[in-house]
Amino acid sequence: MTIADVQKILKAEIVCGNNLDAEVHNACGSDMMSDVLAFVKDQSVLLSGLVNTQVVRTAEMMDMLCIVFVRGKEPTAEMIALAEEFGIVLMKTPLRMFTACGLLYQSGLTGGDKQ
Amino acid sequence: MKYHYEVSGDDFTRAGEASGAVKATLKRLGFPPEVIRRVAIAMYEGEINMVIHADGGDINVDVEPDLITMVLSDRGPGIPDIDKAMQEGFSTAPETVRNLGFGAGMGLPNIKKYTDSLDIATELGKGTTITMTVRVA
Repeated sequence: MTIADVQKILKAEIVCGNNLDAEVHNACGSDMMSDVLAFVKDQSVLLSGLVNTQVVRTAEMMDMLCIVFVRGKEPTAEMIALAEEFGIVLMKTPLRMFTACGLLYQSGLTGGDKQ
Repeated sequence: MKYHYEVSGDDFTRAGEASGAVKATLKRLGFPPEVIRRVAIAMYEGEINMVIHADGGDINVDVEPDLITMVLSDRGPGIPDIDKAMQEGFSTAPETVRNLGFGAGMGLPNIKKYTDSLDIATELGKGTTITMTVRVA
């Protein structure tokens, strides 16, 4: 699916970024950036309820394309500026983490781990 | 090529700037994406550690065509038990750090996972120097 599809499925609002046609196959949902850095490989979407600049930096280190803030969390101006610099799409959804991940999984996005 | 970075200990929002700069440099120099990612993650974890545990420090990076060496030095409290610190899930980070998304006890294990060599020299009350390398396969 594309980042535009992620937005549609999660009824999310785009905060910044315009790379909406980019293809994404895997996602990761976590509020612990250490875990994202430990377990992520080639996931291109990060779902998080954590709001600070390190969420954007972590996504950039992992070459992710898109961050979805769940539970209606609002990224700060500093985070938006950083995401624009890195070319990362930020969006926010009122959905909770479990629901957001479930909907994306149901639509074909995987976690990238072996089952 | 050698690069030097000062890491400020009192600004969590800026932690990761040095790692981001190295990542951009390696990209510009045309290193393979997998090498760049390993360097970026290991250095970022180290940089975060310097900020949350040691009030900052400095980082020296040596970029050679076949080997990237990162030396992170701080004047923090030192690591009392390195074996424990290397265990996944072990952390001495306070709740405030966990609320920021770190302190899951994955920092040093992650660094080990993504590097080809890791050496930790630490002295209680004096500081810690971490030397790590990533080979360019």
